[in-house]
Amino acid sequence: MFNFRRLFLILTPYLWLGFFFLIPFVIVLKISLSDYAVSIPPYTPLLDLSAGWEGIKSFVGELDFENFTFLAGDPLYYTAYLSSLKIAAISTFFTLLVAYPIAYGMAQAPDEWRPTLMMLVILPFWTSFLIRVYSWIGILSNEGFLNQTLMWLGIIDTPLVILNTSTAVYIGIVYAYLPFMILPIYSALEKLDGSLIEAAEDLGCSKMSAFWLVTLPLSRPGIIAGCFLVFIPALGEFVIPSILGGTTTLMIGKTLYEEFFSNRDWPVASAVAVVLLLILIIPIILFQRNEQKQREAGQ
Amino acid sequence: MAQPANRPVFAPWNDPKEKPLIQFQNVSKRFGEFTAIDNITLDIFRREFFALLGPSGCGKTTLMRMLAGFETPTEGKILLDGVDLAPIPPNKRETNMMFQSYALFPHLSVWENIAFGLKRSDMPKDKIPARVEEMLRLTRLEKFAKRKPHQISGGQRQRVALARSLAKAPKLLLLDEPLGALDKKLRQDTQFELMDIQEKTGTTFVIVTHDQEEAMTVASRVAVMDHGKMIQVDTPDKIYEMPNSVYVADFIGDVNIVEGKAAAQAGDKLTINWAEGQPAINATSAGPLTAGSTVHFAIRPEKVAIARDKPEGRANVIAGKVHDIAYLGNISTYKVRVAGGLMIKAQVANERRLSRRDITWEDDVWLSFTDTAGVVLLK
Repeated sequence: MFNFRRLFLILTPYLWLGFFFLIPFVIVLKISLSDYAVSIPPYTPLLDLSAGWEGIKSFVGELDFENFTFLAGDPLYYTAYLSSLKIAAISTFFTLLVAYPIAYGMAQAPDEWRPTLMMLVILPFWTSFLIRVYSWIGILSNEGFLNQTLMWLGIIDTPLVILNTSTAVYIGIVYAYLPFMILPIYSALEKLDGSLIEAAEDLGCSKMSAFWLVTLPLSRPGIIAGCFLVFIPALGEFVIPSILGGTTTLMIGKTLYEEFFSNRDWPVASAVAVVLLLILIIPIILFQRNEQKQREAGQ
Repeated sequence: MAQPANRPVFAPWNDPKEKPLIQFQNVSKRFGEFTAIDNITLDIFRREFFALLGPSGCGKTTLMRMLAGFETPTEGKILLDGVDLAPIPPNKRETNMMFQSYALFPHLSVWENIAFGLKRSDMPKDKIPARVEEMLRLTRLEKFAKRKPHQISGGQRQRVALARSLAKAPKLLLLDEPLGALDKKLRQDTQFELMDIQEKTGTTFVIVTHDQEEAMTVASRVAVMDHGKMIQVDTPDKIYEMPNSVYVADFIGDVNIVEGKAAAQAGDKLTINWAEGQPAINATSAGPLTAGSTVHFAIRPEKVAIARDKPEGRANVIAGKVHDIAYLGNISTYKVRVAGGLMIKAQVANERRLSRRDITWEDDVWLSFTDTAGVVLLK
């Protein structure tokens, strides 16, 4: 007897993925293989099912990898990819550097404080992301709070130029993605049995070496999860570089936007998106593996 | 008592020339308003298997954590080999601890767990593998050296924890409820294994437990604690046979407590009036008592005989009615109601088959015991 309940359970996520990932992706892929055209929609060929089998054949015949060779040939695109990778990697590193002590402090805090601290970490999500990024302009600009404070304190005489540089982008990304790093690390550290640290000390570790040999390795799954959660969206980040980065910061998300909306070259823009996805698939697979390994270890 | 004359008895606590390994000198520990340890003075000797026994919250774990260095005494001093422990941090102490949760490092294999302490010591690198192998052999874990802690059973984890804490050959090994997580059968086997390993290595063991049977089985001496105080520190047989208080008598094993007034005393013999119209209990007391003072007479159920006919020539004979019978297989416990509604338990080994038991519910029976079978307690 066929089990419909089971089929339904298995089918639901596949249907979801099919409708909201696979079909859109195939459409984007198809556009990326098309050519630019001054028409609506702005590309050719269009699939004409009324022509029957011949129509499909001529449609497929007109698709080519021209846009991808164009991407490979123009240094603008691969520098944008490389610069995105660099910015995402560096900001992930700094996010980790800032987030780890915060997560550690939260995990060490008395039980009754923890919900409050957790609340404080999540609180920024209650305000619009866009507004929070915009408000950094007020802090980082030449007449902003940061420069005014530093000059008032007499630390600097001329304002630091931070806004519209990649530094501003790093600050923005670290700020915006901090909770995504804190939460997985905190959840790993919170589960850590305090007697493990005592055992390490009992066996001859100083507090410092107990941290390096026990706490850090045991929080590694949290660190890895946090890094992926920051790196993956940061790579395709568009809002932060376009608001804080000015014209000098090259990131693939911005290039993609300009290709779609300024140049209206949908086929090239689609090709950029497909390549970005291919770049991201590697870290996403690694991330999934890490999650699965952890689940297995937890059993 | 029954030791052969040619074998020396291990009792360093009776030898005034013996230097104790650990000395607690008027140690108190307070957490805010709460006094966890209340002015304890105690000596523990080399090669002892010393048990700290008491209900949860009695301070036994705090006492042990002070030895390990995770707590510092509020008052008083703890000496290890004559050296004050207070300024020495846990990682510099020559003590190792086996944690209740075992606290095995989940990211390290069994081998690496055991080697962990050795790598932090000044042992030369090339000597470490040999020492780890030795520990694996001692705890019969050779086959599991490469496994991670989550890949082995609870009993094996317990042995890894023991091997890891013994690897550095500490002067003192602390065991915090080491067998609490094991089931009863495995626990009993492991108790003997622990004693074996303690004897082989000659390490001084201090064990914390709330299981009186465990303490009695493994320990050379038992300290019974309550509310941060040492109530009695003695060998298991003395704790059982000669408890110094109702608390100890009640905590260790099963006991009948009869409250009464001390009457005539002749030498070490005295009589206790315990109920109107009943013959006084004839008992033996270690010290003199003022006539008329309230005393507690404690007697173990297995020292009370039960019979259908009135026995002749016993020092104490009390009439009663069987209220309840608990059949435990090897023994049966009879709960007998005597004068004044008092329940006295008598325990009898089941030498005959159950179907041939001649005493049953609501039978009139006679309880009897000798005048040295019980102890007279003042508090």
